[in-house]
Amino acid sequence: MAQSLFQKVWSAHSVRTLANGQTQLLIGTHLIHEVTSPQAFGMLRDLGLKVAMPHRTFATVDHIVPTDRQSEPFSDPLADAMIRELRKNCTAHGITYFDLASGRQGIVHMVGPEQGITQPGTTIACGDSHTSTHGAFGAIALGIGTSQVRDVLATQTIALGPLKVRRINVGGRLRPGVYAKDVILHIIRTLGVNGGTGFAYEYGGAVFDGFSMEERMTVCNMSIEGGARVGYVNPDETTFAYLKGRPYSPTGPAWDAAVARWRATASDPGCPYDDVVTIQGADIPPTVTWGINPGQGIAITENIPDPAKAGAADEQASITEALGYMKLTAGAPIKGTRIDVAFLGSCTNARLSDFKEVAKYLKGHRVAPGVKAIAVPGSQIVGRLCAELGIDRVFREAGFEWREAGCSMCLAMNPDKLVGDQLCASSSNRNFKGRQGSPTGRTLLMSPLMVAAAAVTGGVADAREVFGVNN
Amino acid sequence: MALANITSITGRGLAVPGNDIDTDRIIPARFLKAVTFDGLGEGLFYDARKAVSAAGQVHPLDDSRFSGAKILLSGANFGCGSSREHAPQAIQKFGFKAVVAESYAEIFFGNATTIGLACVSAERADIARLAAAIGADPALELTVDLVAREIRFGGQAVKLTMRDSARDALVHGRWDPIGELLDGREAVAATAAGLPYLAAR
Repeated sequence: MAQSLFQKVWSAHSVRTLANGQTQLLIGTHLIHEVTSPQAFGMLRDLGLKVAMPHRTFATVDHIVPTDRQSEPFSDPLADAMIRELRKNCTAHGITYFDLASGRQGIVHMVGPEQGITQPGTTIACGDSHTSTHGAFGAIALGIGTSQVRDVLATQTIALGPLKVRRINVGGRLRPGVYAKDVILHIIRTLGVNGGTGFAYEYGGAVFDGFSMEERMTVCNMSIEGGARVGYVNPDETTFAYLKGRPYSPTGPAWDAAVARWRATASDPGCPYDDVVTIQGADIPPTVTWGINPGQGIAITENIPDPAKAGAADEQASITEALGYMKLTAGAPIKGTRIDVAFLGSCTNARLSDFKEVAKYLKGHRVAPGVKAIAVPGSQIVGRLCAELGIDRVFREAGFEWREAGCSMCLAMNPDKLVGDQLCASSSNRNFKGRQGSPTGRTLLMSPLMVAAAAVTGGVADAREVFGVNN
Repeated sequence: MALANITSITGRGLAVPGNDIDTDRIIPARFLKAVTFDGLGEGLFYDARKAVSAAGQVHPLDDSRFSGAKILLSGANFGCGSSREHAPQAIQKFGFKAVVAESYAEIFFGNATTIGLACVSAERADIARLAAAIGADPALELTVDLVAREIRFGGQAVKLTMRDSARDALVHGRWDPIGELLDGREAVAATAAGLPYLAAR
């Protein structure tokens, strides 16, 4: 019978059924970082257990790394203790660790793909909800909690119930100035922040066929924002071309064998899905959020929702709460809303193609007076490539601060934080209350080019107009 | 290790109403800067509590009438966002033994179950009834009964639902799966041997 990629990978990694009916699922690749692993290593010590597969465990440091200067000791003693703990645990257990000095450090969801560790047909787990990013390669990639990090360290498995699969087709073509970020913001707006509960999202259709790996990663990254535990794209030639020659990719005859296996792992034509959603690429606008969850988004040309015009009492209440926090006016255009900070970074949008695309348009523009604009490459490799291509210079000359690699102001566990109720145009993934480091800070999610448009005009703007995007 | 059979939780309740309450709100990221889970209870809903007190009001978590509550009531999609286990840890360390909400985000639900924090679902109208009853009498005792699948309070009862695997795990004292996972060592090795990317070393 025709099967989806999810079913194939799930059954290949199913070890056995547990007493409560869940599956003991083998995790082929375990990625760890400094925030959610120290407690797990502590539990391992308490239980007197070893790491089951240290050669399938890879670590890096990302959340707490200062981006103005990565040198140690960090000024924050808590952050410094965290990196030392990670280093100690990796050494003690023989785990490969992409440290600051490796030249390969970065946000964990960028390091896996860059190194070729992230591969099709595999299961991947990491103590971070944005692990769904790795699904772009046709992997089942799960964000897990710390007790499960312990489970994977100790047994290379987790206990998990099966998921349903929703196929999301995006057909046709995107309009000029519309990006992968807009696609996922639009999907979340359409299906809701909990629309994906119980589902794996399989993304496909002409738009995904044409997407680069980096664009697919942007979409898969935010699957969790739509409530889906995982999101993936079936592997194809684009996937194989990306992986060829990466440090952990197979070589020689093993490469050919791997590609054959990867090809076979893709969903079979005509396989059944639990649900199918179809969206036309041409219907997706440049999208920007106005509220306090990623589903509260509108087209850049739309007005901020008015609770008085909302249907259900629930929706009225949620709009009212969001507008109160965001200090935005019901019914007003989102365009023109003044911003204080522009942040271009995070595991959603801090890859080479993101900076390259913005640099194409940014030349000759200046960050508006009073706006603090920071560009944070997601990995040291991206930082280096941007330097080689002169992209960092374009950003600096435009008035952006060009930083070193890390999660930075996406969740502000490092020194990059909003102050007071600053409003930030952000290429990141969450606009929750207080997300960017100030309890009253405000976030508007949008594509990297829209962040640049906001930075240079000082307010939320239509990048297509600001930069004359028409290709 | 023997785990407790969690069959029912009895205690006073406290409501933090709202839908889509995310894990950043439950425990802001700055409280994650630690290498242990110690002391997380103090960070529970920290910024939300501060904001309420700055507005001259009292957040339910700071309201002495509700102190010692063991059952937290909330809305739909509770615990969305980050996978941080710090969120259910903070709820548990604050003193809660159960959460009653319309629905939960997946990762939060799994994380909570694994640490023995019972997350049950109930209909919106029933949660509103519970909240009203607690508001009228903060000393009211509720019983979340996982076996009878109901929540009893003041002579009344409302239905609760819970995913079978989680209910089974709590009721039968196997909510932390580590022991069972370790028991599967040989089966794990056999599965791994069948996967070329794991077998090839």
